Amino acid sequence: MPQDFEQLDPVLRRHQFRADALLEVLAAAQRSYGYLSAPLLRHVATSLRLPLSRVQGTASFYHLFRFTPPPRHQCLVCTGTACHVQGAGGLLQELKQHLNCPELDIGEVRCVGTCSGAPLVLVDGEIWNHQRAPALIEALQELLQ
Amino acid sequence: MSVCTLRIDDQDVAIAAGSTVLQAIRSAAIAVPTLCHLDGLSPVGACRLCLVEVEGSERLLAACVTTVQDGMRIHTNSSRLQEMRRTLIELLFSEGNHICAICVANGQCELQDLAVRVGMDHSRFSYRYPNRCVDLSHPQFGLDHNRCILCTRCVRVCDEVEGAHVWDVGWRGEHCQIISGLAEPWGAVEACTNCGKCIEVCPTGALFHKGEGTDEKHGHPGRLAALVQGRSRQELEP
Amino acid sequence: MALLDRCAEVAQQPGSGITVKGVGCHGPCSDGPLFSVACGDEVRLISVQSSSASELAMELQEALSRGSLREWVPRGCRSLDPQSPFLALQRRIVLERCGQIDPEDLSDAESAGAYQQLNAVLAANNPEAVIDLVRRSGLRGRGGAGYPTGLKWATVAAMPGAEKRLVCNADEGDPGAFMDRTILEGDPHSVLEGMAIAAFAVGAQHGFIYIRAEYPLAIARLRRAIAQAQQQGWLGTTIAGSRFSFDLELRVGAGAYVCGEETALIHSIEGQRGVPRPRPPYPAEHGVFGLPTLINNVETYANIPVLHRLGLERYGVGTKVFSLTGHVSRSGVIEVPIGTSLRTIVETMAGGPPDHKPIKAVQTGGPSGGCIPAAALDTPVDYDSLQALGTIMGSGGMVVMDSTTNMVDVAAYFMAFSREESCGKCIPCRTGTVQLELLLRKLLARKATVADLEQLERLSETVRDASLCGLGQSAPKPVLSTLRHFRADYLALLQPLEASR
Ligand SMILES: Cc1cc2nc3c(=O)[nH]c(=O)nc-3n(C[C@H](O)[C@H](O)[C@H](O)COP(=O)(O)O)c2cc1C
Ligand code: SF4
Ligand code: SF4
Ligand code: FES
Ligand code: FES
Repeated sequence: MPQDFEQLDPVLRRHQFRADALLEVLAAAQRSYGYLSAPLLRHVATSLRLPLSRVQGTASFYHLFRFTPPPRHQCLVCTGTACHVQGAGGLLQELKQHLNCPELDIGEVRCVGTCSGAPLVLVDGEIWNHQRAPALIEALQELLQ
Repeated sequence: MSVCTLRIDDQDVAIAAGSTVLQAIRSAAIAVPTLCHLDGLSPVGACRLCLVEVEGSERLLAACVTTVQDGMRIHTNSSRLQEMRRTLIELLFSEGNHICAICVANGQCELQDLAVRVGMDHSRFSYRYPNRCVDLSHPQFGLDHNRCILCTRCVRVCDEVEGAHVWDVGWRGEHCQIISGLAEPWGAVEACTNCGKCIEVCPTGALFHKGEGTDEKHGHPGRLAALVQGRSRQELEP
Repeated sequence: MALLDRCAEVAQQPGSGITVKGVGCHGPCSDGPLFSVACGDEVRLISVQSSSASELAMELQEALSRGSLREWVPRGCRSLDPQSPFLALQRRIVLERCGQIDPEDLSDAESAGAYQQLNAVLAANNPEAVIDLVRRSGLRGRGGAGYPTGLKWATVAAMPGAEKRLVCNADEGDPGAFMDRTILEGDPHSVLEGMAIAAFAVGAQHGFIYIRAEYPLAIARLRRAIAQAQQQGWLGTTIAGSRFSFDLELRVGAGAYVCGEETALIHSIEGQRGVPRPRPPYPAEHGVFGLPTLINNVETYANIPVLHRLGLERYGVGTKVFSLTGHVSRSGVIEVPIGTSLRTIVETMAGGPPDHKPIKAVQTGGPSGGCIPAAALDTPVDYDSLQALGTIMGSGGMVVMDSTTNMVDVAAYFMAFSREESCGKCIPCRTGTVQLELLLRKLLARKATVADLEQLERLSETVRDASLCGLGQSAPKPVLSTLRHFRADYLALLQPLEASR
């Protein structure tokens, strides 16, 4: 049964179903539904009258769109230059080594623009400054409890 | 119509203003390699094989997307350009899985021809051996991603000439891949009209007719130019 | 934020006679959180070190009951010396209002002078004069390439057609750069005013601000600023009673560095893959939706109102905003006159590496730039001097590296970045960056030979010369510049056998 994705209607209407609003619509779709499922992408393509491959090709180009449900928590290690020279690489490696859990997505982000807090991580969208591996691992484990 | 005169290697060439440097080069019967360019499709300037030196310009210019200017002096075959083209071809071979001996396009492949022309028999770069798949879901055709060089001719012909837009490019950088529909099997995409134009324009053995064995693919890239030209003439008629 | 709320509570009490407001970044981020106390015209920055928000609020209350805040330094806090080089050597003209005004309050910005220059420009009604002023100021683009701004404006203005577009490039993708974020969060109206003046000068009716999604606070403040400016009639139809109309739309990126490249940015605004295309045609001729389009960087636009306010003479050579990070004692955002020497910036102002290790190099221009060796620290920071050293002014990211840094590792880091951010359209960049990173990793693993090093150098040159857009063309720069200034770091990593040959 085709889903109706009602939450997207106001966004589509605001952009008058124009094809150039594709990125805005995809971002709104991901905000509302967590990720871009195939039925959702099909709905977007039909609504904006765009070929399927055009929608898929555009969505997959951008790092922030995801095609699978998001895990419960997310920890993004900043690997921008400032964080890199302050040891972000090692931090990332240690996290991956010590925290292996489907509930937690460990990823990278390239500079969130607050480099004075380097090395820093983004936990569920919140910035944690000046992180060192042992304390961070502990804090994340607590979060997962 | 005004005319531009330019000097290419050691020939003087006159050509209509507004033409591309590539057209000028070809009109002088000079061979410059191309892969992404195909007469009849919009130019993208992606493969960088047609780069030429233009006196007075520090940067190399892609002939297929550069418009001629009166008095241009162009060099198409300096040793620097030869080395660069060879490097580009080697890079292409390093990023895919090209095993000519078992390919449908063996002997009919533009990539293979170019490799021979630039005198390369192996890549100096480490082969990546990517893990790519083959899509045989379409009843008549097949797509072997191992042989795809991402020239996007298939994408453009399907969109610009056939109007079906089955293909597009997905993901980015080294993960780029030609996709049909929502990156689903070709056979599942309703928009495909089974016209076979993408097979004709594919420079390698990536897109092929099912049932073609090794060495049996015969592309007809020239047919497209005729088709597009014919159409545009009709459009001009009242 | 908690600090702001508690202080506001105190200030709300009747008769306190003070106003408390949230402001944008002051600059010395490494001393943060910060607040400033203004009494009369004396302004002091105070760094909060060990006290909590409620303690501070209590102290504030006490100090108020004693009378003046002039000498007030709460416990657990340190007053920053305004004579300290970090603050004193700056020339804050673009950032002047950052940290002074409440960026979410238009009337606060207006009372500090926002939109007065737009008003004056519209009253004078002479677009050529505006372009002429920008041209004569020598202002160059702050987004990286340093193209003369006046010339770009004149080109767009001269394009035929009634419909034109304006774009502000707020994609700020260089990892380690946050100047544009500081401006957008601290004083968004300066950018909006600069854009409106530019639109008037070139004849554009509609503009876009393309901002990266990683800056949620800047996005929120911009949205608010645009809405407020529309309400007050600084954006929209018949602005300030003139016949000039201009409206703005915010476009949020989705995580792609290459979208900072102008043709990719145009595609992204149009809702497509952010893939560059060959130029010409330049955006001035064929931009957003095929219309003539002016694209400038955030800081470039923010320079426009100041330039008008100060006039040519007092504006002088202008300033550049840098974000200083890496191995320095004081990091943050600074604005210095163009031509200030690197040594002044990284040693005097930033205080050099924290534990007195010697500086090895300063990286500018991010993945498109290069490393400047310590021996060249006396170079003045301007477009041409940096270019001569094999790097670029770039957008303003400046990363200081001390003697413990391995430059091959730095080159590999940037190459990994370019590899990941390559759009994949052209062969040299898509595959060349992969092979270059492999070669650098091979070096770092001490498995490389002299032949590998040669190949690294040659392939770098090919990728630079053959790539389609600026990303690929400058991706090898970190390698080429470190090879030029720090070849010893590379040689030291060759296979033991090879090095002795
Ligand atoms: C790969 C790449 C990334 C870029 N990123 C940015 C960016 O984040 N911000 C920016 O203002 N300019 C960026 N630029 C430069 C723009 O293409 C363009 O030159 C600039 O926005 C023009 O504005 P300006 O003249 O005011 O500098 C980038 C260029 C390239 C090639
Ligand atoms: S399938 Fe063929 S035509 Fe299509 S991009 Fe790949 S190589 Fe080019
Ligand atoms: S240089 Fe890189 S980013 Fe630019 S077009 Fe080529 S592949 Fe894309
Ligand atoms: S490098 Fe990590 S926040 Fe900028
Ligand atoms: S043929 Fe010109 S770039 Fe490919």
